Amino acid sequence: MRALVALLALAAPLAFALEEPVRLDAAPIDPRDVASLQAGARSFVNYCLNCHSAGMMRYHKLQDLGISEQQVKDNLLFTADKIGELMNVSMTRKDAKEWFGTAPPDLSVIARARGPDWLYTYMRSFYRDPESATGWNNMVFERVAMPHVLWTLSGQQVQVERRFRTREQAEAVGRQQKNAWKVDVLTPEQAGKDAERYILKTIRTDTAGSLSQVDYDVFVRDLVNFMTWMAEPNQVTRKQVGYVVLLVLLALLVLSYLLYKEFWKDVH
Amino acid sequence: MAAAEKQAVTGAGPFNDLLTWIDQRFPLVETWRAHLSEYYAPKNFNFWYYFGSLALFVLVIQIVTGIFLTMNYKPDAAQAFASVEYIMREVPWGWWIRYMHSTGASFFFICVYLHMFRAMLYGSYRKPRELLWIFGMLIFFCLMAEAFFGYLLPWGQMSYWGAQVIVNLFDAIPVIGPDLAIWIRGDYVVSDATLNRFFAYHVIAVPLALLALVVAHLLALHEVGSNNPDGVEIKKAKDPKTGRPLDGIPFHPYYTVKDTFGVVAFLVVFSIVVFFAPEAGGYFLEANNFIPADPLKTPPHIAPVWYFTPYYSILRATTENFMWVLAAGVVAMAGLIIWSVKNTAARICVAALAVVLLAGFFTLDAKVWGVVLMGLSVMIFFFLPWLDQSPVNSIRYKGPITKTAIALFVIAFFVLGYLGTQAVTEERTLAAQIGTAVYFLFFFLMPWYSRMDKCRPEPERVTWK
Repeated sequence: MRALVALLALAAPLAFALEEPVRLDAAPIDPRDVASLQAGARSFVNYCLNCHSAGMMRYHKLQDLGISEQQVKDNLLFTADKIGELMNVSMTRKDAKEWFGTAPPDLSVIARARGPDWLYTYMRSFYRDPESATGWNNMVFERVAMPHVLWTLSGQQVQVERRFRTREQAEAVGRQQKNAWKVDVLTPEQAGKDAERYILKTIRTDTAGSLSQVDYDVFVRDLVNFMTWMAEPNQVTRKQVGYVVLLVLLALLVLSYLLYKEFWKDVH
Repeated sequence: MAAAEKQAVTGAGPFNDLLTWIDQRFPLVETWRAHLSEYYAPKNFNFWYYFGSLALFVLVIQIVTGIFLTMNYKPDAAQAFASVEYIMREVPWGWWIRYMHSTGASFFFICVYLHMFRAMLYGSYRKPRELLWIFGMLIFFCLMAEAFFGYLLPWGQMSYWGAQVIVNLFDAIPVIGPDLAIWIRGDYVVSDATLNRFFAYHVIAVPLALLALVVAHLLALHEVGSNNPDGVEIKKAKDPKTGRPLDGIPFHPYYTVKDTFGVVAFLVVFSIVVFFAPEAGGYFLEANNFIPADPLKTPPHIAPVWYFTPYYSILRATTENFMWVLAAGVVAMAGLIIWSVKNTAARICVAALAVVLLAGFFTLDAKVWGVVLMGLSVMIFFFLPWLDQSPVNSIRYKGPITKTAIALFVIAFFVLGYLGTQAVTEERTLAAQIGTAVYFLFFFLMPWYSRMDKCRPEPERVTWK
């Protein structure tokens, strides 16, 4: 067993030798924070649910967030007539493909596929790129087809590159960034002799939007919180049921152990 | 036996008459006695002996939850993914049923692997339990087929591309390969036709075979009797008056109460995963499988679920340069066998086989041999009863060579399993090749090291407390 642990420990560093993606920021989400979920639902319906569908989610499920049927109908029901309908959009996949180059994915369970941290970092990592078709690019998703729909809120960002001699120096500065960052490495041939090969890539705000950076982070946090809840609307119930089940099982465990010991008293 | 000759059932209170009526028309009492109340099991079972009954319990969980899932699932490429989410969101308690089923799949393998490892520790596959072991291996085969077919059904990216990769393996078989792969899929790529037939295999064909084999496994067990951690036969020491084994106790009530405790303890662990970590960090439910299957987008990294990864690693480890290692291995093995056996005909056969293999190694694609090795890595368990030539059954009395060999095998199994979940790099391929070599040496050298090993004498009776 000890040899096994040692072997696995030897194998672990191999994982880090690969090409590294962007460091993701931890999304400070909480699926029990109803106010945040409601704000996220509003943002989702207003900003996402025009191109993206959430076709496995029904509007009436939003009532689980403490919103009444009438409130859903008045404020959130834009793409359907009845509250029992699915959160679909009217754009067809064929049209979408023509217009964007790729059909925007359905977002019902995207938080389970990508993870909340990825979504949280992604929506805070757009930057201006004159070479791309939409004029936008993204630190997390290189050459993404989606334009930065939230730019009026976040303002416009540009990518900044800083060069360092060692990876350690580049990463030390990177860790101080509030936004996503990554370190690209040039080969010695590309960079020339004893050049600064480690390029720290970050973004900075060029023109401000209607929200401050702190408020924009909160906005994205709420949105990601909602999307994570939507990916599994029963997740809070699941854990609550889990505690009850475990309590019952632990009681049964004691009883079944006592029964077993009682029967086995006469085995010699 | 004529009805009148049977004694009336006693001891069941108000049910005596009913049970007597049944017993005169059905071997009720006889079956109860043969398999429960008078089936004598060794009294010294330890922790490892829980996993047989637990595997059976998981089978029941899978069948019951499977029935309820089938009521709501749609085996249709256009609807399958959404129907799983429908179960998760709109079917009352559907999420619970689905998580029990998905978690149950992984726990089935955990139980079966530990159950098999128990047999390897205590020599439970050895005479007279060879057929019992073979039935068990067939169950393991069915379980792998069941898991593979079932994994396609959620119709996520991993479902789709995992099936694509595995079915494509048959493509590598010379001559018939390409047609065979099309025949399995029912189409040129994994498609709706594939989903429909995999559904049929998953919900009826394989479970029927599985249940029949479980019955055969239990009947064979009750015919030869259970082994135990000391690996000695309890039938050797019987009470002269009653004819019952002195170290045996009736399965019911002793092991039924003990296994009930085991089941509850299992449920505690199982429920922690089901309710608090159903994805198990991406090992039980993979993140990529929450993206609907897209035949036009190949994921950059396709990995099977954890229980297949050791064999998958062996497949990937078989590269062009590994063929030299295999060739050296075949030459060494042939030499060892020819040196060990005295029969000339056998020697000629082995030499001929070695020549054929060597010729094959350098004419056929390495990919073909990868598939062969992967198949062999599972099939080879069948031969354990004959590979093991040790004078004793249990690890308790085996010598240092066997103990080291088993330890190395376990490490190789885990390392291969870990590597199978990771993307390929040069270093990892090398590690997987070393793991593959250790894995096969454990089996191929067993006839020699199990005989050479310095074993301690087995006790006459089982040891107890």
